[in-house]
Order: sequence, then C-alpha cells, then structure tokens
Amino acid sequence: MRNNTVSSTGKFDFKRLSGNKGFSAFTAALLAIFLGLIFGFAVMVTASPENSLAGFQMVLLGGFRRIGDVLYFATPILMTGLAVGFAFKMGLFNIGASGQYTMGMFFALYAGFMWDLPASFHWGVCVLAGMAGGMLWGFIPGIFKALLNVNEVITSIMFNYIGMYLVDMLVQSNSAMYISSKTRTAYLPGSAQLPSLGIENSSLNISFIIGLAVALVLYVVLDKTTFGYELKATGHNKYAAAYAGMNGKRNIILTMVIAGGMAGLGGAFAILAPSTIEGSSMTYEPINIIAANGFNGIAVALLGNSSPIGIIFSALFISHIQRGGTLASLYGFKPEIIDVVIAVIIYFSAFAMLMNSAVGRFFKGRGRGPAQVEPAAAEGTAGLNKAGPVDEKKEV
Amino acid sequence: MEEYIIEMLNITKEFPGILANDNITLQLKKGEIHALLGENGAGKSTLMSILFGLYQAETGEIRLNGRPVKINNPNDANSLGIGMVHQHFKLVEIFTVLENIILGVEPSKAGFLQKAEAREKVLRLSEKYGLKVDPDALIEKISVGMQQRVEILKMLYRENDILIFDEPTAVLTPQEIEELMEIMRGFAREGKSILFITHKLNEIMAVADRCTVLWKGRCKGTVAVRDTSKEELSEMMVGRQVTFKVGKKDSRPGEAVLSVKKVTIPSKTHKNNAVKAVSFEVRAGEIVCLAGIDGNGQTEFVAGLTGLERLGSGSISLCGKNITRASIRNRSKSGMSHIPEDRHKYGLVLDYTLEENMVIQRYWEAGFQTAGFIRNAAVRSYSEKLIKQYDVRSGQGPETVVRSMSGGNQQKTIIAREIDKRHELLVAVQPTRGLDVGAIEYIHKQLVATRDAGKAVLLVSLELEEVMNVSDRILVMFEGEIVGELDPGSTTIQELGLYMSGAKRNTVKEIENA
Repeated sequence: MRNNTVSSTGKFDFKRLSGNKGFSAFTAALLAIFLGLIFGFAVMVTASPENSLAGFQMVLLGGFRRIGDVLYFATPILMTGLAVGFAFKMGLFNIGASGQYTMGMFFALYAGFMWDLPASFHWGVCVLAGMAGGMLWGFIPGIFKALLNVNEVITSIMFNYIGMYLVDMLVQSNSAMYISSKTRTAYLPGSAQLPSLGIENSSLNISFIIGLAVALVLYVVLDKTTFGYELKATGHNKYAAAYAGMNGKRNIILTMVIAGGMAGLGGAFAILAPSTIEGSSMTYEPINIIAANGFNGIAVALLGNSSPIGIIFSALFISHIQRGGTLASLYGFKPEIIDVVIAVIIYFSAFAMLMNSAVGRFFKGRGRGPAQVEPAAAEGTAGLNKAGPVDEKKEV
Repeated sequence: MEEYIIEMLNITKEFPGILANDNITLQLKKGEIHALLGENGAGKSTLMSILFGLYQAETGEIRLNGRPVKINNPNDANSLGIGMVHQHFKLVEIFTVLENIILGVEPSKAGFLQKAEAREKVLRLSEKYGLKVDPDALIEKISVGMQQRVEILKMLYRENDILIFDEPTAVLTPQEIEELMEIMRGFAREGKSILFITHKLNEIMAVADRCTVLWKGRCKGTVAVRDTSKEELSEMMVGRQVTFKVGKKDSRPGEAVLSVKKVTIPSKTHKNNAVKAVSFEVRAGEIVCLAGIDGNGQTEFVAGLTGLERLGSGSISLCGKNITRASIRNRSKSGMSHIPEDRHKYGLVLDYTLEENMVIQRYWEAGFQTAGFIRNAAVRSYSEKLIKQYDVRSGQGPETVVRSMSGGNQQKTIIAREIDKRHELLVAVQPTRGLDVGAIEYIHKQLVATRDAGKAVLLVSLELEEVMNVSDRILVMFEGEIVGELDPGSTTIQELGLYMSGAKRNTVKEIENA
C-alpha cells in the first residue's frame, strides 16, 4: 500500500484524485443526472414524439434564458436541501423540512403583517422570525429523539401535518393576513419584502445571496469546527462518538434546530420575495397541501451528497431543469408531463448515493495495494455471515 | 495411494489488488483431523469460503472422492456432505435447540411440522456422540458451549461427513475445550473428516493428525503433527521466531488508582443483575486482569466503569475522586483511558481519517482547537508523531481512511491514542482480539510498558494465555461476581479454568467483599 502511493506520485495521479470522496460523489451525481435526462427524454418521446427534441432542448437549455428565475427558484430548495443535508451528516433523516418550511413562512408572514417596523430592517426581522419558526419545528422532533429516542422520521412526518394544518388554521383566522374572498393571504407591506437584485421580470432578491452565504457558513461549521467534527463523527458512528465523550443528546437537538432553521429560512425567503408587479407580493393559499419544496429538499440534498457546497450546485441544477420544463410547455407539453420528466430526473438523483459507492469501489479497486490483505479476510467473514442455508438465523 | 475425501488443488483467488489464495493445495483424508493454521489475513477464511461455496476460485479445482465437483453455493456444499460450524453461531435465540437444528430442513407433512421424528433423530445423534444436548431447551438459556454443540448437531442432522470448525475454541473454557476435542476425536473414529481452523498451537498438537500452514495467501506446507513441534509450527505461521512469554519484571504496585465498591449493574437481557456487588482495587504500577468466560458480566462492568452505561448501585473512584456519576468526558479528563472491546463499534470512526481518529479523545483540548475551530496543523503534527512512535502503517499516512487499514494497525491507532493521552488508569478490553501473533506480542509489550511507567492497567481478557502471561493479579468473574483472586505465578491454567466455569470459588475473598 505504501509503496503503491509513493510510486504513483510522479505522474498525474488519477488514483489519488479518484480516491477523494468529493470526486466520486461528483462523478456519481453527474452519472445520475445523465441517466435521469435519458429517461426524461424517453418520457417526452412517448408523450409527443414530434416535439420531443425541441421540448427536450428547452428542458436542458431553457433555464439559461431565465437566469434570474433559476436563481430565484433555487433559493428555497437550496435552504430545504441544506435542512435535509445538514441533519443527514449527523445520521438524522429530517423528512420534516416541509413542516419547518411552512412554519418559517408563517412566522415571517406574522412578523410582516403584525409588526410595524422601519423599512430598513423590517424584512430582516421577518427573515429571522421565519428562521425561528423553522427552528422551533426542528427542535421538537430533536428533543423527542434525544430524550426519548423517538425516531425522527416519524415525528417529523407528523410535524409536517401538524405544522401545515396549524398554519392554515392560524392564517384563516387572522383577518389582517387573510382575505377570505380571494382565499389567499393579503399583500405584504413593502417594508417586509426582500430587497430585489434588480433583474427585470424576475423576483430574484437578496435571499439568494444570503442563502449562498449560509451554505458557506454551514460548510465551515461542518469542516472546520469541533462541532462539525462531533456531528460527522456521530453521523458515521454514534457509538464511537459516545465512547469519545461527545454529548450526543445536545448535538442531536442542536442539529435539528439548525436544520429546522434552514428550512424556516427557505419558507421565509419564498414568501417574502418581492413581486415583479408594483404594489403586490407573494401570497399563501391555505389549502391543506404540504409544501413541495420541503420534499424537493430531500432530492437536492441527495444529489448534492449532503455537502453544503454540493447542495448549492444541485439546487441550481434542479431549479434550472424546472424552469426549462416550464418553458417546454411552449411546445405543447402538458404541465403534468413536464412534472413527470422533472420527477424522473430528480428520482434518478436518488440513485446518486448508490452510484457514489459503486464509482468509488470501481476506482478504489484499481488503486489498492497488495499489502492490504485484511479487507479480504473481513469480506470473507462478512460473506459467511449472510450465506445460504443459514440465512434467516440470527447471530448469537 | 492414499485416499482423499476432499482435495482443493492449486486454488487461486484474487480480490482487487490482493492475492488472497495463491496456488493453495489442501488435501483432506477420510477420517482425519486436519488443522488449518495461519495468521489473520493468511487466507484461511477465503479458502474455507471457497470450499463452502461462498466464493468461486479463479483457478484450481475441488475434488470429492477424486471426482471434480463444482460448489456454487452453501446448498451445494451441504448436499456434498460439507458442514461448517461458524465462529459466530447462527442460531435463533428464542427457538429451542430442536427448532434450530431442523431450521431449513424441517420435516413436514401437508404443511405441518413433524417434530417427533426429528426429535428422535436428534436424541439418537446426541447420545451417540456424547453431546448431552436437551432438544427442548431455549438457545438463549443454554451456555455458549452448548450452543456450539447445537451447531455441531446441525451438521450431524444434515448427515454431513466433512465437518469444518472455524476457530471453535475461542469461546470455550479449558474444560469445554477438552470435551470438544474428545467429540472431534469421536467423529474421526466414526470416519468423518474434520477441517479445524485455528491459530492456537496447543490445540493442534493435542488433536490434529496433520496440519496445513498458510502464510500471506500461500501454502507453507502440510506436516504430520506427530513429526513437528509447537515452535516449528509457529515459525511456519509467522515467518519468524516468536516468544510466547512476555518479558516483564515483577510489579511494584503503588497507591490505589481505581477503587470499585459494590458495583451492581442490571442486565439488559434478563431480570438478574449482570454485575453483582463487585468490589476491587487497581493500584498504580500493576496489571490486574479481569478474567472470565465471555458473557459473565465483564462487558456490562466495563460499560459501567467507563460511563457508557449507568450503574445500578455502588461507587467508583479514580485517583481518589468519585466518578460514579461522571460523564464519559469527565472520566477521560480524570485520567481514564479505554481500549474498547469492539474497536469497530466503539473505538474508531471508520470513515474518518487516521488523524481524525487519533484526536478523537482530545480534539476539544486547547492545543487542538481555538474558539471551536479545529487546528489542522496541530492535529497533523500530533498524529504524525504518534504514527511514527507506534509504527502505525497505512496507505496515505494521516489522511488514510481508517476503514481501509488492517485490523492490527487499527488497533495500534487506538492503543497509541489511549496510551499517549494523559491517564492514570488504562482499561484494556480484549486488546488483542482477532490479531495475529506478531501484533499480540507488540500490544502485550505496550501494556507492560504502561505499567512500568507507573500507571494502573485493568485488562479484561478471555484468552487464558494472555491472562497468565501479562497480568500481575487475576480476578475471575463468574456470573457477575468476582469468585476468586489468583496469582498468575502460582496458579495453573487448569485451576483458572475451574474458577472461570464456576466449579471453584474463593470463599475467603467473598467474605472480604461482603
């Protein structure tokens, strides 16, 4: 093993590069996207053969015509992606990003309508309120997990529903927020709306930049701090983390709070975005639907391999495909077909995890040195354990 | 011409980058006990996996009674009469002995189990070979030795006559080992052929007819046991001479470092306490060994001592400080180092790099972090120092992912980290488990060196030779109690075995403890 690496440092060291985790995650994501696109194209060909090429071209390239929109729509899923990915680093599956997102949105709306603050920082307060709302909705499953060992998947799914119904009820019962004749929330005051970045016909606003900055902060937290070290150690092996004296309970709660805060920010960013039409704003329609952006966050996190930097790119990619898909309707594709195509592409991104390890194995297999005999022996016993006629029996 | 029942001829098996078996030939005669000896990673498991149908060899062939056969999966192996007792038993704990034996080959009529017939057969077999197994006992209620006999009965029930034993003695007491040897001899007299995988030389000398030695994937040769010696075999196995004795001076114990008083810990699997009112002291400059057969409360005791689990009652103090309710981190700060029993589960974050694992007990210290940010340069230079000092070998130095390292080097990582950390007490739980002779020798030297540096060492071990060779004082644990204190200089392995199996207990000590 040693000799092997020494001898290969002279030339371009592909083995070393491919041994790098980030590299195999990146190639895996590209492979996943490529496969997804092929299947997406196949769906389009089936739906409407004559328009499929032009339509597919639009899916692929249409986003480039609307860069502003791509960035704008990327922001909420960037935040929910971070919410899922960050918790995943700790080994927690935060499927409750939707509920946290909805709570964040509600808190932001509340601060926007109910608090009369100067324009210079009203929107900032709304954003912080949204983050607090999301944090609260992350904190509760976190505390259940930490203190009572209740599976966070179950609690956070339940909290998706609790959050959604609660918000819909609270919105409908608040006359300052809700206009029952339109079944929507009223227009937010201008002071609560996020500053636009001034791209014409686009709602692109400062939240995109805040989102990027937050992702970078999370990257630093995960990679450079003792908290990140503990968090990843717990995610990889919670027993070893406990053995090393890490405070698992505190870390679980903290992680869920941070993750919830991310999704809450996503909700706030979505609802506080400035409208392109003067005097209006984004509105929320309380019709008992769980926020899709929460679930899209799972796909974003998977495709981005849970790394904050990866998640930036995967959020941009998914937003790009979604914008392109919307434009493909110009070629007569029904919105549902477009949804299917996008879903297929996103669905395949879930395979990214699988391919990640497959690609990693493929390259590592070639880079392995002869002195490393141990893994084979380990594989041997692993193989024995899952073998043949003794299959269903439990090890004593 | 001699008759071989099974021949594995010129077997070669390659894993990516590793030649696990390189042109190995193994010939098993009918009615013989054939030992397969080798260090970890020598290729024993791979070779047996090929025979059992779990892997396919790249080249070479397997012959049964001189006819070439193809073994594609364990079912094929079974139908050719090949059976295996795995190192880790494959039994359903909440089933009875009988149910476990017939599992997979249940006799049934119209979908209904026909147990009576099977039961008779099991009883007949049990009697014939003197196995003394109760077919209606629940697996979880019987001893490990009995469980092994159930595994043996499974092979007999399936009418296998080529029996593979994968390190069968690791979990047994000396008396149980004796009985197993007798059972194996009985099989051989019946004309059954036995392949016996082990790295314990005494057992080979005691029971085997011939022995094949593997070394780094190659066959070092097959010898008749009566024409060889233990020393010769060990040299073949390791490739150099090995000292069996650990060189150490007499201990000069100082003040008590660890003091355990009436510690009781409830069991997770049954209603009784796993650890019952255990009291003892470990002094500076001595190695105290907690000996016992697996499952007599040692694991639970260590979990309580190191803070992984809460105590039911009792108290623990370290260097005069009461740590009964202290957190794991505070115990560590108070001077406790812990080499855990399961290095993969507790000791290492396998997906972390070597340097990240080196600082896992210390990353929070001022030298390794400033304001919550890890000081990478400090981590790097510290781990490089330990890697050099403890000769930890790896592919990419501090950046190696620990998962890719060999078991011996993984263990060295833990040992380096725990010994280098400021400590007064070193708790080493089965520190040599699964390691080869060379690594064991190294680790024993480190334990003795730690002792000579004036630290207290609590060694928890299942290996009798380790207990006898390394420790200065032996405490025997049986069913959660300390049943005896022995001096390794004046006791014998046989006596130790009597204590470990509960046949003998030191009443004086008991009164003292009470």
